[in-house]
Amino acid sequence: MQDSKSVGVVTPQFVTIDKPLLLKSGLQLDNYHLVYETYGQLNAERSNAVLICHALSGNHHVAGVYADKDKSFGWWDNMVGPGKPIDTSRFFVIGVNNLGGCHGSTGPASIDARTGKHYGANFPIVTVEDWVETQAQLAEHLGIEQFAAVVGGSLGGMQALQWTLDYPEKVRHALVIAAAAKLSAQNIAFNDVARQAIMTDQEFYGGNYYAYNTLPRRGLRLARMLGHITYLSDDSMAAKFGRSLRNGEIAFGFDVEFEIESYLRYQGDKFAELFDANSYLLMTKALDYFNPADAYNGDLSAAFRVAKANYLVLSFTTDWRFSPERSREIVKALLDNKINVSYAEVTSSHGHDSFLMETQYYHQLVRAYMNNIAI
Amino acid sequence: MEDPTVPSTIALRPDFAAIAEWIKPSAKVLDLGCGDGSLLRYLRDTRQVFGYGVEIDDANLLKCFANGINVIQYDLEAGLSSFESDSFDYVILSQTLQAMRNTEGIIQEMLRVGKQGIVSFPNFGYWRNRVQVIAGHMPMSKTLPYHWYDTPNIHLCTLGDFEALCHQSGARILERRVMNNNHPVKFLPNLMGLLAFYRFER
Repeated sequence: MQDSKSVGVVTPQFVTIDKPLLLKSGLQLDNYHLVYETYGQLNAERSNAVLICHALSGNHHVAGVYADKDKSFGWWDNMVGPGKPIDTSRFFVIGVNNLGGCHGSTGPASIDARTGKHYGANFPIVTVEDWVETQAQLAEHLGIEQFAAVVGGSLGGMQALQWTLDYPEKVRHALVIAAAAKLSAQNIAFNDVARQAIMTDQEFYGGNYYAYNTLPRRGLRLARMLGHITYLSDDSMAAKFGRSLRNGEIAFGFDVEFEIESYLRYQGDKFAELFDANSYLLMTKALDYFNPADAYNGDLSAAFRVAKANYLVLSFTTDWRFSPERSREIVKALLDNKINVSYAEVTSSHGHDSFLMETQYYHQLVRAYMNNIAI
Repeated sequence: MEDPTVPSTIALRPDFAAIAEWIKPSAKVLDLGCGDGSLLRYLRDTRQVFGYGVEIDDANLLKCFANGINVIQYDLEAGLSSFESDSFDYVILSQTLQAMRNTEGIIQEMLRVGKQGIVSFPNFGYWRNRVQVIAGHMPMSKTLPYHWYDTPNIHLCTLGDFEALCHQSGARILERRVMNNNHPVKFLPNLMGLLAFYRFER
């Protein structure tokens, strides 16, 4: 059933950026495509644009539904729409698939015009800074000189932060949700296990599996299962699955017995068919490399000296992948620079995934904050 | 039901006005236990201060968001480690002192983080409170609206008690104001005063 507050039927749009992109790695992309969606109307002053940055497995399809596909709601449809916390009757909202992704923007699964083959392993590593640059090109294409807000959760929150550092004049507000100013060693470790699962899959072929007409399904499936565990909390798993058995009794074997096994395998299988393994590798690397304090001898407060935006920082109590402690580090750096910031630690049992959930209080906070953004 | 996202009306509370009179225009202010953010909003509108509120309660936090002030959800009992020393012109603790567990600690932290501290609290030495105690009961009044068993106020004090704590904590009292409803109290303040305000420094 379609939500009455949904933006309704949406159609993705494409843009080709011909301006060469010098990547942080030193490599260059001569041109690239971006796929994006927009919701609401850009006002005459062009002052109501909101950019939504996606996380690891997200994409440009933030809200609404596709005409030819049932249940194809955007990944943040509960947050973005007319009358929703990010209100499309007031804001012009943009979702974009990041460079290196696998939903229409140029990525490893795209054909490299120079060779006529899939980029595969030859696709360069992209960083959060690179993404911000490509998003800035999209903004220019759309005639947006300044965003009312840049919003993101998790890896998306990192992009929102980076926007305010790279283009301090172009962002009035940044909503940084369940994010971090850098990953912890534990977090990088999880990412590397995920990468190893993919790269040691026999069907991976050094990243050039397209040429062999196959996919590293087992690896990507394992990577997703591992990721999924870390996005949930112990409590939410216990509440949802507990030790429930699929067939009511233990079978003394290695087939699926516990409901949690069934759930994770299903999620893994589904993901392995839909997502490109090379994109997954790239996204996890972008996460690992993000560290704006790096250029300032680890001094995050110094990194934020250039910042001018107003910030909303949100964390969730049971999020152990991007814990409240990580958000407090961001807040501290902002406080040190006398920057406008509000911070809330939202009580939620859903772990890292909380930022995607329709929790009343969480949505009230975002709504109240967005309502006070002048356009 | 009250819509928590609608800003609460900022009635001109006499305690707000009393605090505002002490705040220099465009000062940098930290309001500890800022409640729904009305005081900070009032100071922003009347004194053009730049500031942050600190609040732990979810419902209050949402009201702060609606009031459009900067608010940080921290537990004051854990101290003010996110705030650098000497980083604010004023650190305000408005009618929160009596509900704090670590009363001495927060005074020390106020002295560290702020150039000046401002504290307001209900005076337990007010004569009506004393009468109720003599009559055999814990006092209840407009400024102390709770029963003894459900009160958040665990550290009530009199003017004399607070001044002794300031002395002991190395806080130099710069100014004191005692109020009874809208009126300043000059005569026997520890007996006649309902609300006490102090401004102090290191």
